[in-house]
Amino acid sequence: MLKEKKSFNLRAFLMNYALYAIMVLMIIVIAVISGGKFLSIRVLRDILTQSASRIVVAMGCMFVIVSGSADLSGGRTVGFAAVISGSLAQQATYYLKFWPSLPELPAIVPVLVSIAVGLGVGCFNGFVVSKLKVPAFLATLGTQMIVYGANCLYFNKAPNNSQPLGGYLDSFGAIGTGSVLGVPYLIIIAFAVMLAVWILQTKTCLGKEIFAVGGNPEAARVSGINVFKIQMITYAIAGACYGLAGSLEAARTGSASSTYGLSYELDAIASCIVGGCSAGGGVGTVPGVFFGVIIFNVINYGLTFIGLSSYWQFVVKGIIIIGAIAVDVRKYNKH
Amino acid sequence: MEQTPVLEMCGISKSFPGVKALDDVSLTVRPGTVHALMGENGAGKSTLMKCAFGLYQPDEGTIKINGEEVHFDDARDAMDKGVSMIHQELHPIRTRNVMENIWVGRVPYKRVGPIHWVDEKKMYADTKALLEQLEVKLDPRTMVGELNASNCQMIEIVRAVSYGAKVIIMDEPTSSLTEVEAEQLFKIIAQLTAQGVAIIYISHKMDEILRISDEVTIMRDGKLVGTWPAKELTMQLMVSRMVGREMSNQFPQRTHTPSDEVMLEVKNLTSANPRSFVDVSFSVRRGEIFGIGGLVGAQRTELMESIFGLRPVASGEIWIKGQKAKITCAQDAIQLGMALLTEERRASGIIPMLSVMENTVLANQTAHTKQYTGGKLFLNDKQRGADAQKYVDALSIKTPDLKTQIQYLSGGNQQKVLLGRWLLVNPDLLILDEPTRGIDVGAKYEIYTLMEQMVQEGKTVIMISSEMPELMGMSDRIMVMCEGHLSGIINGAQATDEKIMMLASTYEQANV
Repeated sequence: MLKEKKSFNLRAFLMNYALYAIMVLMIIVIAVISGGKFLSIRVLRDILTQSASRIVVAMGCMFVIVSGSADLSGGRTVGFAAVISGSLAQQATYYLKFWPSLPELPAIVPVLVSIAVGLGVGCFNGFVVSKLKVPAFLATLGTQMIVYGANCLYFNKAPNNSQPLGGYLDSFGAIGTGSVLGVPYLIIIAFAVMLAVWILQTKTCLGKEIFAVGGNPEAARVSGINVFKIQMITYAIAGACYGLAGSLEAARTGSASSTYGLSYELDAIASCIVGGCSAGGGVGTVPGVFFGVIIFNVINYGLTFIGLSSYWQFVVKGIIIIGAIAVDVRKYNKH
Repeated sequence: MEQTPVLEMCGISKSFPGVKALDDVSLTVRPGTVHALMGENGAGKSTLMKCAFGLYQPDEGTIKINGEEVHFDDARDAMDKGVSMIHQELHPIRTRNVMENIWVGRVPYKRVGPIHWVDEKKMYADTKALLEQLEVKLDPRTMVGELNASNCQMIEIVRAVSYGAKVIIMDEPTSSLTEVEAEQLFKIIAQLTAQGVAIIYISHKMDEILRISDEVTIMRDGKLVGTWPAKELTMQLMVSRMVGREMSNQFPQRTHTPSDEVMLEVKNLTSANPRSFVDVSFSVRRGEIFGIGGLVGAQRTELMESIFGLRPVASGEIWIKGQKAKITCAQDAIQLGMALLTEERRASGIIPMLSVMENTVLANQTAHTKQYTGGKLFLNDKQRGADAQKYVDALSIKTPDLKTQIQYLSGGNQQKVLLGRWLLVNPDLLILDEPTRGIDVGAKYEIYTLMEQMVQEGKTVIMISSEMPELMGMSDRIMVMCEGHLSGIINGAQATDEKIMMLASTYEQANV
């Protein structure tokens, strides 16, 4: 009897913490192969820095998933925002200036503009999904294409003619490369976004209403929640996150092109689901999604670190996604 | 005359983490009989039946069919061995026709080479034969999506018969049927038992049970109370054995008197949906319990949901407390002091994965945001917890704690949480749509008491109900609807089954 109970607990433990167990296991394996070099502050900092914009995208995506919807427009919105913020953050002397007559702006301006662009895309998504009642999957697929097209058209404007952007102002580049007390700004921004999202989700009425809408939209409507408003807001927040992530990407890489952000939305969705969000809506936590993002970047970084081809990351990621869902399905199927 | 029991369950026990759902329960069902299974919600009826149907594996105990010990791997295995179950909530494949629903998973086929071709002809003929055998008037090729709840249930029964079921478990089969449809079901049950099939009949409706069953087994708190021939039982006896105490009255003492003040007045209200209600006018007073009766399809739910702002209205006026009201969404209605407990607990009531607390404060949070934030940005979790706890206590909701996801509560307790959600809004006008459907006697009585309490406090209750005793026992006045028309309003004291049925089936005669 006692034995049975023990094995049951182990099983429950594995079910609940499978993600963390896998991550720890992977870190141990990579650390052993690399002779312990993997376990350093520098590696941790690199992984977090690389994850920063992914975290921001995943946080936005989580809002939409928790509200019971889907959003495929994330990646291309990141790309568009990256190009726009890059084009507004160039030095006056750069030989291929996107807007030749534009004065040098404070670094915050391109960031705010790209957030605004993301917000606009998000509102458009929200309108199409909740007002025109186009299924979210298809609506955002359409948006994805529109945004990509708009990005390419913008990016192809003379004199740039689709050449990668560069020559950023130092103040803008610093967002991506600078640090305070050894902590990169990118990590600080990502954690600030997570904190804000966590507070919004768990401490405010809006957060509670998003969970309610995702859990049962009809019950939410009957209880006096404006489902249209909630959907608009979730898409708008998601869009704003994509916009911010776009600027972070541009600043981090010191460049930008219309191919930026490709398939970020799929990575974000995978991170959310692996991180414990229910694909049906109504369930999702900030720490879960954070680890969902980190686990993919640990794989990414770790495999390169031990000298394996980075193409392996796709194979390993795919296995983890399938495994995580397989465990998840069993977790909720209690009997 | 001792027959071999068709189904024998001996000493069944089953535990879930934290609860012992079944404790040494035995059940013996003889062929060709209707065996009723009764008990309050959470008594373990469903768990026992899920063991008998292979959905759960019992921890201890044996199951015998026709004297032979069996073990079910899953539901399909149980069906193959002669046990079928008609669930309370039906899930037919709406986009397929009747015969495909019946034969799903084992479609008859002809084999040509390596390919199994569907034998449509045989499927049609077999279905037709089954339908005729049970005198069900359905075309095998009708799309199931076009059928009503009663016919969907018939399909399930036909399917059970097609498996050669020796035992058919029916879980609350009449809960979504009208009285006429229920009669049809009883006829089919009689036919089945005449053919030697045993029925295990789970229901809360005692008059039904006394009428159609041969034996009654009563359970309480996961244990067997006993099995008696139905002839030896009365409603009083059954109730006292189910709840474990004497219960003298089905309804609480009526002590309230409605005032003259009009709370809600509806003038010539017509739905925007042309097939829904037309030109309905009535008024409800403060401190009154106003019942609404009618058959399924009378558009009672649609009328109330339209008043609450959930469905669009084409014309007409709604006056609340003497003021003309403009209600376009639920929030408007809530702000005017209304609350609506909807008919479909799962579809539009609970948010399954959220906690009991979140579910309780849901409507309040939106209508009275200030209450939980004090005008600030952040929620006051302490206040929310206290409010939820207050109603968990007041309604004696059985839940391990406030954090438990509502989906793990029994139906009656879920209903009480939803009631708590609306009481927390502190409404002046509470609309209840089938408030006691599918919940046990004890919980029903508690809900009736609560309604009585509310009207005593000068509030108004409107109750849609398809249960005649409830309508007549609780209402001051009863409005009866028929096919979207108001067919009459009768005084509760003078109401009889016949009067209500008359009004419910015809509206031309009415002249109010």
